[in-house]
Amino acid sequence: MDNYPVLIVVAPLLAALFAGLAAWIEERLSYPIALTGLAISVFSAFKVLMKVIDSGTIQYRMAGWAPPIGIEYRIDLLNAMVLLLVSSIAFLNLVASFKSVEQETNDRAGSYYIIYLLFVVGLLGVTATGDLFNLYVLIEITSLTSYAQVALGDRDRGPMASLNYIFIGVIGASFYLLGVGYLYMQTGSLNMADVAHILQSHQGSSIVLTAFILCMIGLWIKMAFFPLHVWLPNAYSYSPVAFSRVVAPLMTKVMVYVMIRLMITVFGFDYIFKTLHLADAVVWLATIAIVAGVVMALAQKNLKKMLTYIIVCEIGYMVGGAWMGNQLGMTGAVLHILNDALMTFAMFLAVGNIVYKIKDVDLSDLSGLFGKMPWTMAGFVLAAFSIIGVPPTCGFFSKWYLILGAFEKGAYHFAAALIISSLVCAVLFFRVFEICFFGPVSKGDGHKEAHSPVKIEEAPVSMLIISGLVSLSLIAVGLYSGTIVNTIIIPFLK
Amino acid sequence: MTDLLPLIVAKYNYWLYVILMMIGLYAMIAKNNLIKKVVGMNIFQTAIILFYLSIGYKKDATLPIIEIENAHGGHGAHEAVIHALDYINPLPHVLMLTAIVVSVATFGVAMALAVRIYQRYQTLEEDELRMRLSEE
Repeated sequence: MDNYPVLIVVAPLLAALFAGLAAWIEERLSYPIALTGLAISVFSAFKVLMKVIDSGTIQYRMAGWAPPIGIEYRIDLLNAMVLLLVSSIAFLNLVASFKSVEQETNDRAGSYYIIYLLFVVGLLGVTATGDLFNLYVLIEITSLTSYAQVALGDRDRGPMASLNYIFIGVIGASFYLLGVGYLYMQTGSLNMADVAHILQSHQGSSIVLTAFILCMIGLWIKMAFFPLHVWLPNAYSYSPVAFSRVVAPLMTKVMVYVMIRLMITVFGFDYIFKTLHLADAVVWLATIAIVAGVVMALAQKNLKKMLTYIIVCEIGYMVGGAWMGNQLGMTGAVLHILNDALMTFAMFLAVGNIVYKIKDVDLSDLSGLFGKMPWTMAGFVLAAFSIIGVPPTCGFFSKWYLILGAFEKGAYHFAAALIISSLVCAVLFFRVFEICFFGPVSKGDGHKEAHSPVKIEEAPVSMLIISGLVSLSLIAVGLYSGTIVNTIIIPFLK
Repeated sequence: MTDLLPLIVAKYNYWLYVILMMIGLYAMIAKNNLIKKVVGMNIFQTAIILFYLSIGYKKDATLPIIEIENAHGGHGAHEAVIHALDYINPLPHVLMLTAIVVSVATFGVAMALAVRIYQRYQTLEEDELRMRLSEE
């Protein structure tokens, strides 16, 4: 079968359609349909990755039209990895979210699943496509669905957070669209490979420079790069927890992927690092982003808010690594897309379990959780270690590559910021551990004796299994990170 | 300074789009009323649509509909020569159909949210909303 590349995207799209029809008849039918669609997607993504590792880049022409005119899906090692990552996280989250969706969306589960599937379709399409305008449309599909999801969340603050997210999201997407317009003016093409080919003879053009800067600013807004991050914390912390579990690891990471794709495939390293002299400035910005993100995280009193600021900090790592301009930095950035998606997912799964039991996750509400939810907290600790960067977990390895890249370039400020932020993350998470471990157990229940053995009140088994699985995968990915770098990232960058 | 005026006049369509875009951006940032902000957003998106339309335009060119008159058979010339310069570039215009759909969808979602906010707080002024949110 040669149709796997398109099946990755089309299967969840059709599933969204059928889930919508099924929800008219019986609300409960939509869940298995959604699950089937994403399962097909994961399977196809796996097949595609294996094929790409074996035989190189796959080009899939939509409806048989040849590239400069038709739209093509172009899947190389980097895409294939991100596709598998996105589809499996979306699938696992769907398995885990059956109970919490029931709890949070009261009677609107059908519409939740439709929007969820369309969101995943957008992300997968953004990753797979080889056409600049198609990319814009798919970015808007993901964005529109995430606006709707944020509004489905917290009844009081959700709509307001979502509206602010729309305003900033529209500015971001529009800047990207404008950049594509300028590229089209110069090259007359929208296919990435074709544009890259034509651009080689227009290196000094000011139109190309304008296009490049507009595209970058647009994407930085979408990925919440530090001064442009204001929409993220509110949007992610007021959305339904089942959704923030998937949007927090995936949305920003896929946008980082798009940035790397534009840098490598469309504009080319030679143009960015030899013709333009922006790299030093951007690495400085990334340094500031890392420090600012982690400092703002330190000021938060709510666990979900704190984690969203850590995402802002992690974006700084990836942007800095990608703009380092050497192979080590880029390796670190790409590896960190994978690792950060996994560890943020593990972290939010644990938070999801906690929210399922105790609704509010202000830090003061968390006391005594180690006794109450031991399995959930075990997953939480593993994810936290990975974000801090403790060696056997995967977070350590990508940070290691980033630091090596920084030393090779001589960007010592970036390396310093990386180490400082890891230390502050350690402080942040050990503060949470302390509250959860030593804090008094009884909360509100006056009749409960302080010395009586704590009753275990865990989240449902389906959520626990997924949470445990993902947390263990952090160690597995860490141990195999050498293999991942050697079979996927290094061949891609060559 | 004397060079600037011909530059503005010759490329007035691009200046127009920049001005419109700035009006939209100003409304989104500075206005207090949420509906005004949403309208500003729409102006912002429309400015970009105008930008794309003017990329595709050529002077003295016509719609890219090519008529082939050999069906009547009388002229004998089976293939009229087609000059690309006589027709405007249709591609940016077709792209903008998609962009219009996107902007309409965004506008709809934003309006729906504004209705939700109004039902909950009975106001659309942002400063009042912020006060209400911090009270709770």
